[in-house]
Amino acid sequence: MSLMNEILIKNGLVFAFLVTGLIMLGSWWLSEKVFRKKIPGSAIAIISGLLLAYVGGRVTGGLRGIADVPIFTGMGLLGGAMFRDFAIVSTAYGADMREIKSTGWVGVLSLVMGVVLSFVIGGVIALAFGYNHPKDITTIGAGACTFIVGPVTGAAVGASSDIIAISIAAGVVKSIFVTIITPIAARFIGLDNPQAAMIYGGLMGTTSGVAAGLAATDPKLVPYGALTATFYTGLGCLLCPSLLYLIVSYFF
Amino acid sequence: MTIYGVAILAACFLIGQLAGEALGHVLAIDANVGGVGFSMFLLIVVNQWLNKRNLMPKDSQLGISFWSNMYIPVIVAMSSIQNVSAALSGGAVAIAAGTFVTIIPLLMLPLISKLANKRKV
Repeated sequence: MSLMNEILIKNGLVFAFLVTGLIMLGSWWLSEKVFRKKIPGSAIAIISGLLLAYVGGRVTGGLRGIADVPIFTGMGLLGGAMFRDFAIVSTAYGADMREIKSTGWVGVLSLVMGVVLSFVIGGVIALAFGYNHPKDITTIGAGACTFIVGPVTGAAVGASSDIIAISIAAGVVKSIFVTIITPIAARFIGLDNPQAAMIYGGLMGTTSGVAAGLAATDPKLVPYGALTATFYTGLGCLLCPSLLYLIVSYFF
Repeated sequence: MTIYGVAILAACFLIGQLAGEALGHVLAIDANVGGVGFSMFLLIVVNQWLNKRNLMPKDSQLGISFWSNMYIPVIVAMSSIQNVSAALSGGAVAIAAGTFVTIIPLLMLPLISKLANKRKV
């Protein structure tokens, strides 16, 4: 048993290929045989991943889901930022430049709206829960953008670490909720073409949530959503600690 | 050769990352601004350029399409390393903020799509 463990730990990335392959196999089987293709295989696979992450976090008390269990550290590499971004970029190979050009200005509009709207909603909820210091409102509002904007903004305005933790948690809740809700909501909000996917990426902004949600909806839409979403975190980091913080400070 | 495709992808990726980091630096924020987006644009442009000149044979293309086929498995692995238990234990504020901030912008999509179509016509 310990020999087996040793081999799996030493070859973490290879083992992660096997584990992910098995998750996909099981998920496609469930999708076809049990759910009769009503729920896409990729959606089941992604939700299985989230469940694994929950179990891993519960068992180890760590921050990186299943990757904190020694034999699964390879999942951290395969699902980490490097491979994620590399794979997302490769999807642009099938993207159509004309679609991107025709959405251009609306994409930018959706980005600005997405950041400001998320910030306002996050701020209002912070207020509703009794946080009325401008630093706290700003940090939680920023966390409502993405889980990167939250801590970056919190550090810039000098928020306390428990507020920063809340802002990260808000961003993580958002990215997970976007993942789950996207395939369910897609039909009702007209998310079925490249242009809508680009606007969607700009509005929601969480690259991981948008990418996973679109993958579960229609993999062809992924590059378009990812293209705008990738600018969102940067824009959030730009606006939240500066302009938006000044506005909040003016009112509170 | 397949590796040519992978290498083209890698080059686009790295240049895009560099551009994103540089933009973040110029704007004085501690984040990569649009790195993935720049890489994607670059890949589209480079691919078109190479295709026009017939410099993108099938086995080179394989190097890129392999990664784009690996995309969903990578996302599955990514979901398995999220801090889900922290998201659930982040308290009511985090859950309320994360939920509303998903639902309200999501409902804006039809409105903005309409706006985009109007402009086109």
